[in-house]
Order: sequence, then structure tokens, then C-alpha cells
Amino acid sequence: MVISSSTRIEWQTATVKEIVPRTPRVTSFVLTPSRPFTPKAGQHVDVRLTAPDGYQAQRGYSISSAPESAPDIELAIERLEEGEVSPFFHQVVQPGDEIELRGPLGGHFVWAAEEGGPILLIAGGSGVAPLMAMARHRAASGSTVPMAMLFSCRTWDEVIFRDELLAMHRKRDGFELILTLTRDVEKRNGLHGRRIDSAMVTEATERLPTPPVLTFVCGSNAFVSAASESSVAAGVPAGSIRTERYGG
Amino acid sequence: MVTRGFFGRQPPPDISNRVPPGQALTDDFPVLSAGPTPKVPLDTWKFTLKVGPRPVKSWTWEEFNALPQTRMTRDIHCVTTWSKLDTPWQGVMIDDLLGDANIEPPTGFTLAHSFDGYTTNVPTADLVGGKSMVATHFEGKPLTPDHGGPARLLVPHLYFWKSAKWVNALQFTERDELGFWELRGYHAYGDPWREQRYTGDP
Ligand SMILES: Cc1cc2nc3c(=O)[nH]c(=O)nc-3n(C[C@H](O)[C@H](O)[C@H](O)COP(=O)(O)OP(=O)(O)OC[C@H]3O[C@@H](n4cnc5c(N)ncnc54)[C@H](O)[C@@H]3O)c2cc1C
Repeated sequence: MVISSSTRIEWQTATVKEIVPRTPRVTSFVLTPSRPFTPKAGQHVDVRLTAPDGYQAQRGYSISSAPESAPDIELAIERLEEGEVSPFFHQVVQPGDEIELRGPLGGHFVWAAEEGGPILLIAGGSGVAPLMAMARHRAASGSTVPMAMLFSCRTWDEVIFRDELLAMHRKRDGFELILTLTRDVEKRNGLHGRRIDSAMVTEATERLPTPPVLTFVCGSNAFVSAASESSVAAGVPAGSIRTERYGG
Repeated sequence: MVTRGFFGRQPPPDISNRVPPGQALTDDFPVLSAGPTPKVPLDTWKFTLKVGPRPVKSWTWEEFNALPQTRMTRDIHCVTTWSKLDTPWQGVMIDDLLGDANIEPPTGFTLAHSFDGYTTNVPTADLVGGKSMVATHFEGKPLTPDHGGPARLLVPHLYFWKSAKWVNALQFTERDELGFWELRGYHAYGDPWREQRYTGDP
């Protein structure tokens, strides 16, 4: 997992192949890099936008597609009001546009099926992106590693990749989805309606045949702090928890 | 390459020379850590200077806080592209730690160690000469665990992952030994003005 090569990961252009709205605030951008690469599930790219006067803005976005989808990569980008880069993607970017990026980046928040499991994934909102890559990688590689995803969203309509996740869950092949909706007015069967706590993490680990060997937590800074604390309180060893924080 | 339709929200001209390339200003506090926030009790807290494997001086929390206190206000830059201007810190300068231990900088490289087992490497020259401290206060208040409390390294002129949270030792090494993030694709030095984000950047 350690990146030993010291070769520079160069900037390159990628063509926007497809734009897929996922929820009212999250849209997926499928990009085809001009110099293809195969990412590991969990890695990200840095995207760089350049204004006519040379001003540049740069942001990290997780790859949400499986490594098996290479050369295409999917970025699921949440539109933040008043943001600089995410509204640009939502309002300006069209299929056929060229976007500058470099990657794959990051060597810690990654999982490959050969590494085994069980694996616990805990996502808050758009933090599902790198965890979706892991779930999709598991499915695409035909892996039987037990995996549970605990996913917190505001409402039913804001569950990113909802149909695909529910379909994975219904296959009953060792992938378990536990959803919690923190702001939904409607009560739904089998779904939680509160923020992630240690009882919910315990429920997720109990859906796995043995305790998770690795737990991946991703979302906003506040979400990651709360969810990893809940995990520790639920008995998940702190040293087995890997976190990725989106800022904010 | 100019991106079609992008004009950007550029920083006001009077501060734009304080924002390194590829960074954007924030009022938030940038956080980058690999795992959950460890709980570090003050009664067992200990900070150690080591030369190679050999400990040369340790301080308890009480002893550490009796060392000369310094305040510094600096701009900080997180590799995830946040920059925050004028952040006020207080703590003990590395120069004062060396002084209290009665040693000169023994080797050219340093590995900072943290309570949660993480490490980061910094050339010793970047820690001394008034450049760096072990910070215990932010904005006048004790550093919270989320931000690395009770004490974190502060090396503000390098990307912020170098400012190791929950720091508990500085180990002087003969060679530049890579730390946790540096072994996982991040740059060995991490100068924001040269955009040394990842391994192999210039
Ligand atoms: C490794 C990594 C992976 C990531 N992966 C993803 C991902 O898969 N999907 C995703 O959606 N995000 C991801 N992020 C977050 C992403 O990088 C950006 O931070 C995010 O898209 C916001 O960027 P922005 O330019 O739109 O907002 P910014 O301009 O950076 O603003 C951020 C927030 O600050 C507020 N703000 C900024 N400036 C002002 C101002 N002047 N006045 C008022 N408010 C202001 C905005 O309202 C906004 O809410 C990831 C981050 C990291 C570090």
C-alpha cells in the first residue's frame, strides 16, 4: 500500500464523458483521462481550474467508480452554496469539456479485495464517494469479503447512489447497507432516523460475521470526528479506523 | 490550460501574495488526520527529545508548561488546499526545548512522533531559528483534541500535515527518514510555495 515510486504524478487533461445527477445536490461527472490510470478504491484526484488571467483553483475529489471502470473515473460532487469549484462543476461543465487533473493520489485510505475483511464503511453525505468505490470494487471483482456500509444522509432523496446500494444489499452476497436519515420527516421501515451513534455502529458490526479488520470513515470533519468516536465507543479498535475528512 | 467558463473567486489583491498557488482561503480550521482523535491524559503526558534511539530529555506536562512561552501568529496551509491567515498560537519554541536540554541541534533531520503512532519528517533547520514550536494554545485557549491537543508541532511554513498533532517526541536522525504520510505518497519536504504536495513534485 505504500507508494514507493518517486515519480511525479503529472497534471493531465480529462474529457467529461457523462454527467449524471444523483440527488438534488450531488451530480456525478464521468471523466476519461487522456493518460489512463487504474486507481485503487478510495483514492482521489486533484482537479485544477484555470481562469483566463492565470488564476488557479484546486480541489480534491474522491474517485467513486471501481478500479474496474478504468480508464473512466467518476467523481460525485456536492454543490456547496457560495463555493468556488463545486458550483462551477454543477453550473458550467458540459459533456465534451476538458478538465485538468492529476492522480491517482493517496495511499492510506485505500482498500483492495485481496486484502480481505470484514470491512466496515461509514459515510456521511458526499463522503460516500471513496466508500462507493470500495463497494463497487467488491462487486466488480466478484469478491465475497463481508462488507457493511453505514450511510448517513439528510433525507431519502439525498441518499447518493441509493438504487445501486439497495441492489447490492438485496443480492445478499455479504454486502449490508444500514441507512440513517437525519432530517426526514417520514419514518421508514428498517431505516434509522438519528445521527450515527455507538449503538448504530454496533448494529453494523453485528451484521458482519466477525469484527471488521478495517473501518473507513469519510465525510465532513465534524461527521468524521463523531462517527469515529462512536466506532471507538462501540469497541472498534482505534488503530483499525482510517479516516478521510472533506473539510468544513 | 485555461478551463472553459472558469473565472474563479480570487483573493483580494492585498492578501493574494500570502496565498500559495492552488490554495484557497478559509475561515474554517483545516483538519487532516489518518484516524480517530486520541485521548491524551495530561497526568501521563510526556514529551521527549531523542538523538537517534537515545532519549536525552523528557518533560512532564507541568515541567513543559514551566518552559518559556512564545506567541506567534502565522499563515497556515493545508495540502487539501485550504489556507488560513493570521492564526494565533502559543507554546514552547524548539529553540527553547534544545536550550533547556542543553544541546545544540545534533543532526540535520528530525522525525516528529505522536501519541497515536504517526510520524512526520522535517529537516532540523526548519525547526530551529524561531521557525517552529510545540503549540499548546490556539486563539488563546488550550488546544482541543481535534486540533492536536494537548500539544502539536507547529511548522507553519510547511504544509500543515508536518505540524504533527498529539506530538510526544522529536527524534534527531542522521538521515532523512520518511514519516507516515510521506511514506504514503506525500512530499518529503512539503513547501506550499513550491506546491510540494505529493512524492515527486519538484
Ligand atoms: C481527499 C478529498 C476528497 C474529496 N472528495 C470529495 C468528493 O468526492 N465529493 C465532494 O463533493 N467533495 C469532496 N471533497 C471536498 C472538495 O475538495 C471541496 O472542498 C468541495 O467541493 C468544496 O469546494 P468549493 O470550491 O465548491 O467550495 P469552497 O470555495 O472551497 O468553499 C467551501 C465552503 O466555504 C464556504 N465559503 C467559501 N468562501 C466563502 C466566502 N467568501 N463567503 C462565504 N462562504 C464561503 C462555501 O459556502 C462552502 O460551503 C474532497 C476533499 C478532499 C480533501
